[in-house]
Formats: sequence, C-alpha cells, structure tokens
Amino acid sequence: MFQEIPGLMWYIFFIIISGGFFLLFLRFLRGPTTSDKVVAVDGLTTVTTPTLVLLSLFFKRGMYLDVALVYAILAYITVLAIARYLEGGL
Amino acid sequence: MWYAILGQIFIVIGVVFLFLGSLGIYRMPDVYNRLQAGTKATTLGSFFTIVGVGTVHPAWFLKCLIIALFVLFTNPVSAHAIGKASYKIGVKMTDRSVVDQYKGEEDE
Repeated sequence: MFQEIPGLMWYIFFIIISGGFFLLFLRFLRGPTTSDKVVAVDGLTTVTTPTLVLLSLFFKRGMYLDVALVYAILAYITVLAIARYLEGGL
Repeated sequence: MWYAILGQIFIVIGVVFLFLGSLGIYRMPDVYNRLQAGTKATTLGSFFTIVGVGTVHPAWFLKCLIIALFVLFTNPVSAHAIGKASYKIGVKMTDRSVVDQYKGEEDE
C-alpha cells in the first residue's frame, strides 16, 4: 500500500497546473498565426498527460493510467497530422 | 515513509516546470522561441511529475515509467515537425534574431 498525500499538497499541485492551462489557453486564443495556435495545442496536450496521471493518483484507481497512455499516443499522432497538414502534404 | 516524501518533492518540481513551460509559451515573442521554451521545460516537467507519481505509489512504477519514456521520446519529434512545417510555410522570425542557419541548407 501507499501513504496518503495530505490535502494541502493537492491544492498546490492543481493550482499551479491550472495556471499553466490558463496561460496556454490564452496563447491559443491570441496567437497571431496558425503555427502559434498549433504550438499552444501541443503544449496543452503535453500538460494534460501528467494531469491525467495525477488524477489517477487522486482517485486511487490504477486503470486511469491506461487513459493517460492512450491520450499520449493520440496526441502525438494528432500533432504530427496537423504539422503535415500545415506543410501542405495532406 | 521516505519514498512518499521523495515522490511529493518530484511532483512539486515537475509541476513548477510545467508552469514555467506554459509561461514561456505565453511570453516568448516568436514561434520558434515558443517551441523551444515550451518543449524543453514541458518535457522535463512531465517526466518529473509522472515518475513522482510512480514513486509515491510503488506498485504503479513500471507503468508510469513506460508513460514517461513515451512522452520523453515523442515530444521532441512533434516539436520538430511543427518547427519545420512553420518554417516551410514562411512564418517570420522576430526582429531581434541574429542568425538563420537553416536558410543556407535549403538552396543546396
């Protein structure tokens, strides 16, 4: 078994991660070109994967780790497809 | 337990690096600078956070290590694809940049 994380630490983790999400979403709304928006989406998908892993520890269910793994694979494929589309080859 | 404290320290370091990467994506003046700041800091933050979760809960350590290695390998590839595509469609660099080493290789 594992030791419980105290509740104050969860507040610290999720408040800092929410600040990151807020800044990335602001950049996604304000980006001057399309490439800036794609960079912001790449950052959002990269920040979402550790958030899913943290949530699986928060809810104490090991099955949610598989969700994080599948999300990482799908985000990788999505960003590669969008980059290929920007380049004009799709 | 000592490994729960160690895992919490890892998670705090990773979360701070995720926030700093997001701040870099928001504040940098250019697409390429944003890619550089965002990709490096965010990859390190993801690695520390996921390994920290695996350290807090040792039964999940192998699966967390697999996710962390996958993020560590695939994140630079996607950033490289975005940078190359945005150079090819002609996104301007910022005025303060001093060198463009990719321009000469294109003419060959």
